[in-house]
Amino acid sequence: MTDFQADSILVLLDLTPSGELTKSAAGLLGAAAGVGTPVALIVGAAGAGEQAAADAAALGATHVLVAEGAEAGAQVTVPGADALAAAAELVRPDAILVPNSIEGREVAGRYAARSRSGLAVDAVAVSRDAEGVVAHHSVYGGAYNVDSAVTWGAPVITVREGAVDARAEAQPVSTEQLAVEASGRRAAAIGRVDEAVVTSSRPELRGAAKVVSGGRGLGSEAQFALVEQLADVLGAAVGASRAAVDAGYVPQSYQVGQTGVSVSPQLYIALGISGAIQHRAGMQTAKTIVAINKDGDAPIFEIADFGIVGDLFTVVPQLIAALEARKA
Amino acid sequence: MKIVVLVKEVPDTYGDRKLNLQTGLADRAASDTVLDEIGERALEVALSYADANAGTEVVVLSMSPESAAATVRKGLAMGASSAVQVVDDALAGADLGLTAEVLAAAVQRIGYDLVIAGNESTDGSGGVVPAMIAELLDVPNATSLNSVEIADGEVRGERASDHGTMQVTAALPAVISITERLPDARFPNFKGIMAAKKKPFETLSLADLGVDAETTEASRSIMISLAEKPPRTAGTKIVDEGDAGERLAEYLVQNRLA
Ligand SMILES: Cc1cc2nc3c(=O)[nH]c(=O)nc-3n(C[C@H](O)[C@@H](O)[C@H](O)COP(=O)(O)OP(=O)(O)OC[C@H]3O[C@@H](n4cnc5c(N)ncnc54)[C@H](O)[C@@H]3O)c2cc1C
Ligand SMILES: Cc1cc2nc3c(=O)[nH]c(=O)nc-3n(C[C@H](O)[C@H](O)[C@H](O)COP(=O)(O)OP(=O)(O)OC[C@H]3O[C@@H](n4cnc5c(N)ncnc54)[C@H](O)[C@@H]3O)c2cc1C
Repeated sequence: MTDFQADSILVLLDLTPSGELTKSAAGLLGAAAGVGTPVALIVGAAGAGEQAAADAAALGATHVLVAEGAEAGAQVTVPGADALAAAAELVRPDAILVPNSIEGREVAGRYAARSRSGLAVDAVAVSRDAEGVVAHHSVYGGAYNVDSAVTWGAPVITVREGAVDARAEAQPVSTEQLAVEASGRRAAAIGRVDEAVVTSSRPELRGAAKVVSGGRGLGSEAQFALVEQLADVLGAAVGASRAAVDAGYVPQSYQVGQTGVSVSPQLYIALGISGAIQHRAGMQTAKTIVAINKDGDAPIFEIADFGIVGDLFTVVPQLIAALEARKA
Repeated sequence: MKIVVLVKEVPDTYGDRKLNLQTGLADRAASDTVLDEIGERALEVALSYADANAGTEVVVLSMSPESAAATVRKGLAMGASSAVQVVDDALAGADLGLTAEVLAAAVQRIGYDLVIAGNESTDGSGGVVPAMIAELLDVPNATSLNSVEIADGEVRGERASDHGTMQVTAALPAVISITERLPDARFPNFKGIMAAKKKPFETLSLADLGVDAETTEASRSIMISLAEKPPRTAGTKIVDEGDAGERLAEYLVQNRLA
């Protein structure tokens, strides 16, 4: 049996449907290493754990608990919560970190409700004070910084994906199969899974260093390609406004804003986006904001470091040509 | 079929949302409040099912300050059969755990076959309350649904997941949450607004629900510090005179962004 460090931080890692660690793993383990000793938990189908455990060790997990079972891919949320309960019982950590993904946060929610633990969601950083682990949040679209802690016990904290830059040192691989007793909680059954096709050459929106987003001003799905062309010249991820998503130019996963993804890149370029407050809520913490809009009164200009009043269909092709000329 | 729809009052996101720097609570006086758009969509799912299936009862449930009663009433004007509002001073600044416990207790008391919530609220945007309620009620959570089909003692739909979509099915009773892919809600019409005045509106306290907000058996999440960030200011703004693309390229290169 493994002895766990008194300052253990239990980290639930997400897997993709094909069984790889998701990109959030590095930041989560990095955050955990900053406040204690990271112990990872991987929940997946039988045989899924070995490679993922080795990858987790490379990202800083001192020990990896692997809960394998057929339920993992067959039921919504409950198998993850059962595994997290078993792991918390074994490790007795100072805090539990979970990715703030759809799957992750619901597992955290079920586990916190079951164990009556204090739950803090969407942290952008964690730290430790005399009383324990503290979660740092950026709320209302980044207008406020809020710190939260729990009244007692180990906090359950979901961490915004892509928000933590810290990385942990690689550790030797140490893996253990975790025996999980099923809670028998009623669960929804998972049927067909359609994995989204990932455009591998382009960075993921969450955590990207540069983002180029397009709005209703692009006018059509075909013309939205201009956003992608600029993104590819800059090595940026592609985002969109809700109006562009609603018009069917791009899938919902591209949406930046209050009800979409929150991004904090070095560079954010908004093309044909008016800058509604709900859009700004998801991008106004970007370091540098560039906006191109033909309406000089568009609110996006209020927060743009460099704003161009003009037609994006003339400005952007010229910009792409100029950037390509400099590269050549 | 009895459907409970969870609706929240939130600051109108078309205005600036403020937090009170002393109490850390949302400053409800500083901005207009509205029925959360995602809650309206959740109600629309229930109402369109009720339109097609006679004998469906739709109850809107909200945990909110007393002042939110008018907002909750909008749900009645849209077509819900009755409303329940949980109001208690001890709920000011309630964390996720307490919110879920209160809502689960109220749902239990109301009775239900199906609970419909938003996938995430526009103010807290935690996205966890529905799963927590499902845990407390010991029913399945079929959450984050892009489509909803209710039939034969079960609820089905397409779940928006982190890596694509999946088809999920849950036996009733169940808790579901829906995404903004579901249709916009109907507007209340004059007839609905008049009818709403006669519909049952029940106000419950924590004592009615047997929930103790102060219990030390549950660990609570508390805010320990709060700071407002200085607002962003505008930088350079130029009007395109035929060379704006070139000038932007220069700006990006100078700032090591390209
Ligand atoms: C800085 C800060 C300030 C906060 N200030 C407030 C505040 O002033 N007021 C406040 O209420 N909370 C406040 N909270 C707490 C936080 O918003 C939650 O605890 C909240 O009560 C519910 O979480 P959520 O909105 O994130 O729910 P989510 O999990 O995102 O909600 C999903 C769905 O659950 C249902 N639901 C959630 N809450 C309710 C409810 N109360 N009644 C009915 N249905 C509901 C709705 O259908 C909703 O669409 C604050 C948190 C922070 C970090
Ligand atoms: C509860 C709620 C949640 C929401 N969540 C989100 C969210 O997460 N993300 C989000 O983005 N929105 C969200 N919205 C919607 C938001 O209010 C706006 O409707 C939306 O952001 C508008 O998108 P847009 O800027 O692309 O479109 P518009 O506001 O229509 O702006 C299009 C802009 O393109 C410009 N334009 C047109 N043609 C050209 C051209 N040739 N060259 C240059 N400029 C041109 C126009 O001048 C205009 O400013 C939400 C709304 C609500 C109520």
